[in-house]
Amino acid sequence: MTVAADPGADPGVDPKSELSGRGSVGDVVFRGLAVTAASLILVALAAVFIFLGIEGIPGFNVDEQHYAGQGSFMGLVVPLLFATMYAAVLALIIAVPFSVAIALFISHYAPRRIAVPVAYVIDLLAAVPSVVFGLWGAVALGPYLVPAHAWLAKNLAWLPFFDGQPSGNGRTLFTASIVLAVMILPIITSICREVFAQTPRLHEEAALALGATRWEMIRYAVFPYARSGMVSAVMLGLGRALGETMAIAMIASPKVLISLFIVGTNNPQTIAAHIAQGYKESTPDRLSVLIATGLVLFAFTFLVNALARWIVARGRAK
Amino acid sequence: MSNTELSNEETKLSHATLPRGAQWLVGIAAIALGGLALVLGVSIVGAVVIGVLAFLIGYPVWALLVENKRSATDKLVTGLVWTAFGVAVIPLIWLVYMVFARGAATINPEFLTYSMRSVTGDEQGGLYHALMGTLIVTGIAALISIPIGIMTAIYLIEYGKGNRLAKAITFLVDVMTGIPSIVAGLFAFALFTLLVGPGTRFGFGGGVALSLLMIPTVVRSTEEMLKLVPDDLREAAYALGVPKWRTITRMVLPTAIGGIVTGVVLAISRVIGETAPLLVASGFNPNMNTSAFDDSPMMTVPVFIYTQLSEATQKGVEYAWGGALVLFILVMVLNLIARIVGTIFAPKTGR
Amino acid sequence: MSIQVKDASIFYGDFKAVEDVSMSIKPKSVTAFIGPSGCGKSTFLRTLNRMHEVIPGAYVEGKIQIAGQDIYGPNVDPVAVRRKVGMVFQRPNPFPTMSIYDNVLAGNKLNSKRIKKPEADAIVEKALRGANLWNEVKDRLGKPGMGLSGGQQQRLCIARAIAVQPEVLLMDEPCSALDPISTAAIEDLIHELKSDYTIVIVTHNMQQAARVSDDTGFFNLKAAGQPGHLVEFNPTKQMFTNPDNPDTEAYISGRFG
Repeated sequence: MTVAADPGADPGVDPKSELSGRGSVGDVVFRGLAVTAASLILVALAAVFIFLGIEGIPGFNVDEQHYAGQGSFMGLVVPLLFATMYAAVLALIIAVPFSVAIALFISHYAPRRIAVPVAYVIDLLAAVPSVVFGLWGAVALGPYLVPAHAWLAKNLAWLPFFDGQPSGNGRTLFTASIVLAVMILPIITSICREVFAQTPRLHEEAALALGATRWEMIRYAVFPYARSGMVSAVMLGLGRALGETMAIAMIASPKVLISLFIVGTNNPQTIAAHIAQGYKESTPDRLSVLIATGLVLFAFTFLVNALARWIVARGRAK
Repeated sequence: MSNTELSNEETKLSHATLPRGAQWLVGIAAIALGGLALVLGVSIVGAVVIGVLAFLIGYPVWALLVENKRSATDKLVTGLVWTAFGVAVIPLIWLVYMVFARGAATINPEFLTYSMRSVTGDEQGGLYHALMGTLIVTGIAALISIPIGIMTAIYLIEYGKGNRLAKAITFLVDVMTGIPSIVAGLFAFALFTLLVGPGTRFGFGGGVALSLLMIPTVVRSTEEMLKLVPDDLREAAYALGVPKWRTITRMVLPTAIGGIVTGVVLAISRVIGETAPLLVASGFNPNMNTSAFDDSPMMTVPVFIYTQLSEATQKGVEYAWGGALVLFILVMVLNLIARIVGTIFAPKTGR
Repeated sequence: MSIQVKDASIFYGDFKAVEDVSMSIKPKSVTAFIGPSGCGKSTFLRTLNRMHEVIPGAYVEGKIQIAGQDIYGPNVDPVAVRRKVGMVFQRPNPFPTMSIYDNVLAGNKLNSKRIKKPEADAIVEKALRGANLWNEVKDRLGKPGMGLSGGQQQRLCIARAIAVQPEVLLMDEPCSALDPISTAAIEDLIHELKSDYTIVIVTHNMQQAARVSDDTGFFNLKAAGQPGHLVEFNPTKQMFTNPDNPDTEAYISGRFG
């Protein structure tokens, strides 16, 4: 530590002097800075709404040629929103079982000497930029999964997801949701891991003392305790998946449509991917349509996140 | 306890169990089965799947026959949990392998020092311009986010404790955490469209977009670190006649600095790989542009990867992998720095 | 410096924690506060250097004067009060990022006061000698303060408090986290410090109050949820042999609390 004097900042009250002294100027200034910074966040969020509103609201109602061939804003945004939800849910279906299992692996199954590096590896997964995931999905995983596409379309065609002509290059929503699942796995895993680790040891030991096997202990002592935490982890993963752009924009060859079919060449396009792929267009009307869809995405993820927080709050209140 | 008392079946502590090392036995059998499948012409992946399935089914079934249903369930779940972990590691290893193998083949001195200015056909181009752009844009984001984020956290922990403004800010930071990254980009784009002119895409815009994503991370991590500084220490400083602001700047912050720096570096490593907001707010540019405030697009590494992939040419894909390796190394170096800083500043016990 | 308290009541928002305390604390003496848990003795102690203000919504009614000056007067800076009235806490709390040397100088360093090296060395040695710690740590002044034992840490905290040259030293159960040997060392130290400082100590331990103090104040609660109040304030000898109040006698003889 240095003992550098801070010129003019300290009123310099001599300990031997009278008790009366001005309150420190530094205190007032510093507090002011903190309040300003905090208020800036308020301003920033307000600005986000205002500027997106100014630029986006006209997009709700412009000439119909700007709605990517869908005729109206609703005609465009409904399929996009469907696809956004659909891709996110597919990713969740894949990611959640794995996340919970890996979280259990770290918190209850693996020996400590393995659990620590495993947790580190999963965190590493979270650090990989989404564009690298997208590249890998488009160039490596997609082509690799082509036979799987063909097999699914041949043998499981009775399911609407696989009923149609399979893609020949694997750049499909099927591949994209697997990549999306890998991307949201770390966040779900790390939250689950935390709530699992918070299970009171007493509950666990009580279960074991009653003669439960490890799995029974987890089912009857850990899961009930962790339920609300797990739900909020899933919701946060969902929120992440809804806003994720690059993986889908880079992997799935898109089309604005509502369809459950996920292994073909025309894949339902998500809001974020639609914006990313249309951003170069320069007509102001088209841009405000994109911004308007962005507003819808914002509102939608906000609702999902709010729901997650509400579930957490309710879980705590119990 | 004597054995005579335990003669009753009810109080018996032992029952039929699998022999010790049973899992290894089943494991070897499963590997053998996979190997057999491989010999019979099944692909490697198929053989591994067969081996794993054999273990997942064989081990619990054996337990079911010898022990009981509960034990079998337990062993099934244990197997599933281990398998899940194994499966999840595959994409990571595969991805890291691809990035290094394909990226290393692309990277050479020219790639790191050339831009893509007037590069056509098979001419050698590079991502120097994108690398500079990434450093500039991320630097701007850090310059905006770090002071605002840290001061906000200080307000929340040291001043606001539970008052209405603090509660509102905490809520808004939560909302900010959930902003989809592309929406942040749209915001910066909309903002500068109004302030500067339609279709404005430049480096500073990207920086603003990234800072919107970075601020909540900085606030959260700094808050956690400030909470870790015991109130005892604050009181000790007050009792020495130290004003509150000096207590914060000279005692609380230095005590928490390790964690704060770690959090900030991790936040930087998170936004440095963001693509979507930069695509929208900074645009793309094959030329070198080091001026963040000029009204011309600034290239960044993530956008470079994306545009090169969109070229859909052999060369484009190679460049994309090269960019991916550069970005991956940047992110990993930042993570490493975060870790090292965390270790260096870990509280000293001093014995 | 003497401390005069007249009709002091302490509030946390709407809750009245301590009611109508009046006392006169003699300069260069040791005054002990005893009483059952939650009776407000620590709360009252903290009002003597305005440390209770750290908790939002806490305020004091009545008058507290130190050396004739009202410490709650309109122009009084609480920071200046705390420089005159130092405090030692229940748990030893040296600053974890600082060495032993820097911990002693913390009051100056945190205030960015520039001191020349020889002068700083002199302050450190004087304070550490004053806290009976010099001989134990003089060879490792650069080591972190957290590396000391609990009792040494507490004496380091005392050194840190006296290094800013206060005139009053408040001690809030300074030995409750220490072993008996360290406790004895601190009690010896209190005896020595008495010649330079006015010391006010809160303790749970009645034997400790009897051993170290000249005057004792007994705080009690009328009932659970009621504010604490001062039952009796008298010279320690009288308090422990012939208290005025039957409640005091009951408490001291161990019949409750």
